[in-house]
Amino acid sequence: MPNVTAISLIPLLPLAGFLLLGLFGRKYFKNSSGLIGTVLLLASTVLALYTAYEYFFVYGKVAGVYEKFVALQLTWLEFSPGVSIDMGLIIDPISVMMLVVVTFISLMVHIYSLGYLKGEERFPTYYSYLGLFTFSMLGLVLASNIFQIYIFWELVGVSSFLLIGYYYDKPSAVAACKKAFIVTRFADLGFLIGILILSFSGGTLDFATLIERLTSPESNEFKAAAASTFLGASALTWGAALVFIGGAGKSAMFPLHIWLPDAMEGPTPVSALIHAATMVVAGVYLVARLFPIFSVAVPGVLEIIGWVGAVSAIVAAIIACTQTDIKRVLAYSTMSQIGFMMFALGVSNYGGEAGLGYTASMFHLFTHAMFKALLFLGAGAVIHYVHSNDMKDMGGLRKFLPITHITFLIACLAIAGVPPFAGFFSKEEILLAAYNNNMAIYWIALITSGITAFYMFRLYFNIFWSKPAPSPSERAGGEVHGEGGFAMMMPLVLLAVGTAAAGFIPFGEYVSSDGKPLHAHFDLSFSIAPVALGLIGIFTAFWLYKKQNDKPTKLATSLGGIYKTAYNKFYIDEIYLFITKKVLFNLIGRPAAWFDKNIVDGLMNLIGNITEKISEGIKKVQSGKVQQYAIYFLGGVIVLAVLFIYIWK
Amino acid sequence: MTGSDIIFYLLATLCVVFALLSVTTRHIFRAAIYLLFTLIGIAGIYFWLQYEFIAAVQIVVYVGGIVVLIIFSIFLTQQTGEQLPKQKLDRKIFAALVVFAGFALTMVQIYQHTFIETDEIAITPTVENIGKKMLAVDSGGYALPFEVISILLLAALIGCIVIALREKKNIEPQIQDDTEEHKGIV
Amino acid sequence: MEPGLYHILFLSTALFFIGVYGFLTRRNLITMLMSIELILNSVNLNFIAFNKYLWPNQMDGLFFTLFIIAIAAAEAAVAIAIIINLYRSHNSIDVENAEDLKY
Repeated sequence: MPNVTAISLIPLLPLAGFLLLGLFGRKYFKNSSGLIGTVLLLASTVLALYTAYEYFFVYGKVAGVYEKFVALQLTWLEFSPGVSIDMGLIIDPISVMMLVVVTFISLMVHIYSLGYLKGEERFPTYYSYLGLFTFSMLGLVLASNIFQIYIFWELVGVSSFLLIGYYYDKPSAVAACKKAFIVTRFADLGFLIGILILSFSGGTLDFATLIERLTSPESNEFKAAAASTFLGASALTWGAALVFIGGAGKSAMFPLHIWLPDAMEGPTPVSALIHAATMVVAGVYLVARLFPIFSVAVPGVLEIIGWVGAVSAIVAAIIACTQTDIKRVLAYSTMSQIGFMMFALGVSNYGGEAGLGYTASMFHLFTHAMFKALLFLGAGAVIHYVHSNDMKDMGGLRKFLPITHITFLIACLAIAGVPPFAGFFSKEEILLAAYNNNMAIYWIALITSGITAFYMFRLYFNIFWSKPAPSPSERAGGEVHGEGGFAMMMPLVLLAVGTAAAGFIPFGEYVSSDGKPLHAHFDLSFSIAPVALGLIGIFTAFWLYKKQNDKPTKLATSLGGIYKTAYNKFYIDEIYLFITKKVLFNLIGRPAAWFDKNIVDGLMNLIGNITEKISEGIKKVQSGKVQQYAIYFLGGVIVLAVLFIYIWK
Repeated sequence: MTGSDIIFYLLATLCVVFALLSVTTRHIFRAAIYLLFTLIGIAGIYFWLQYEFIAAVQIVVYVGGIVVLIIFSIFLTQQTGEQLPKQKLDRKIFAALVVFAGFALTMVQIYQHTFIETDEIAITPTVENIGKKMLAVDSGGYALPFEVISILLLAALIGCIVIALREKKNIEPQIQDDTEEHKGIV
Repeated sequence: MEPGLYHILFLSTALFFIGVYGFLTRRNLITMLMSIELILNSVNLNFIAFNKYLWPNQMDGLFFTLFIIAIAAAEAAVAIAIIINLYRSHNSIDVENAEDLKY
């Protein structure tokens, strides 16, 4: 049985760190706050690993199937007997897997930040925010009901907001954190409505009960939800689609992705933690959590999910080829990879062999967390060294940053899908799942993985090769701190080991859509096409960017409009601006403002004025003048006398 | 019409006319004198009704006491010869309307009502009868109200003295305090 | 026509409402007090008239009149004490100035 104390301590330790550092950090732990946060998280990570071990190897498997356990169930808010919001801890393969991912990546980031943010004025604040984020993310992962997941969903939104805006004296950071918050908040509105519809249809908030009721076509709840329709779709479809909108917002799916590139204004370790490895996959996690509903009850929505994922993957990959800010390249790459996970879910079915996409998606989530965190942390090391985000300021750094260079290369190979690194295995599974289910998506995915290899190596060559090594005078500040201390290098190495090794985990044994082990069998001939495409991408990048030359510029000019469109991110931000500023403001905002100012306010003013006039009149009645009172009294007496004598008899 | 009737009508007219004058004149001193005449007229009606004792009390207490008190207070508070301030016209009209309505209503009620007289033998209200009744303690006696009234008069006496005394001590600061307080509230 | 109960009731009602009119329209507190005296007298007249014409076998009306006169005297004394007090504090006995009741 699950060890409740250990499991509940996993999220509570970061929370304790948040409270301790948030309340007293600036006064008492000015210098030790990073260490405190890291140690608490280390404990949390150990507990998470212990839980994973216990779950997967000791008690989790019951009759060959990984069971769902609800380790703890507390009634938090009881509306009436039977209707309550609970707080629970759910233990099943994906939540345990996410526990490990979140705590491990968070620990890496904690350690890395010790070096990266050394000497920062608001060091304790930073660590308290990190603690808050880790707590909320773990709470989200462990949530046993849909409302609890929403609470923690918003909490990770808040901590993401706080961390993106960490450099709050930078106007761009402030704008970025507001943008991230507003866009995800907008999507969360869909999520909330979806929760209401689903829980109303299912008559419960609890995941297990909800799934059980909404996936069996005989249950009353399913019949009622399928019968009530709105705009041609059943309530169930609407609920699931709206929940997915929430997930799409958080996971930066097209077209709600616009906040993610801007979110790179936050400190780089934060980008690695939140905007690469953990929070942005919350949407994927949510879909996976409700996967039986999507797959059994509303396959139409699942198909939409597949297409949204595929479109996001390829659009983001194309944009990533043109960006020059290395963090933005990584951001678009993240979006692209999450697109992979999404469409992997989209092409999956529930149970058995057909559930390969589900396993592949979770597997990719796991490996992606490793290599994308590694890429971000490596990029952080580079930025730390050259004090710039732009590729133009880099080049030839391989001699000065040897460890970073090697680990970055490993990560690039992994994401490009070169065997035997982690990305290869998970991507193969995804492609296989797509191949079995939806050829159109398979082709998109194949092309995207080629482009992925190209842009990643464009990044790699631009940073570490390209120009000749910079002369000492050009290396601003480089002499001072070199490659960064042990604190920064240790996570890189650990993550690189993870990236190299994670692919060999027989993931299907542990995580599958229905809990039964899934034996993925590989067909080597199937891997030829993606690996070949990946290698073509790598060699194209090698040819274009190995040495500084004018080929890229020529290529850009010859591509002309396409290049420019991609460089400007397909003008999606501009479209949003146009829609909000020109269309929404003029067509809805202004009339609404007019209505508010003149009709609503006017009505209120009218009521206010009437009241004021009446009260002025009444005030005169109470004049303090005895004789007036006497007249009223006498008049009243006479009226009453007349009434009683003549009318009421 | 007998002489008795004529006397009643004369007295009634005297009362009403002087009462009207008393409430409408703008010289306060004259108002007091008109009131005096009205009170004397009422005393006359008591005489006419053959309630001599009440008439005597009326003259002694009202004419000799209260009116003198009023005139005394006029001298204390008012510059004689000064005209009283005018009342607003709308107030006057409204008051007249209310008063007329009340008067009409009352009179209608009185004339529609039939009063029933008793057949029992009348008691002459002589001073002896009044005195006996006043101090009688059996049923129908007025000893208790008599005592109560005496207490009331004592209380009024003491009350007047207390009011007068308290003010004499520190008038000036109190006035200022009061006005300031009111300003604050306003 | 021989004057009887109705005549006296008419007279007392008239005096009562004249007093009320005075009370409502006078601005000077002393003249308002005079109006009250008129009202009290009209009540006295009523009591005496009822005693005389309806229950001559009893003397209740008469006693009421006596007590009312006594109370009226006390009332007048207290009222005048209050008026003089007011005059001291407000320097006026105009009832329009004595409107502290509204606070």
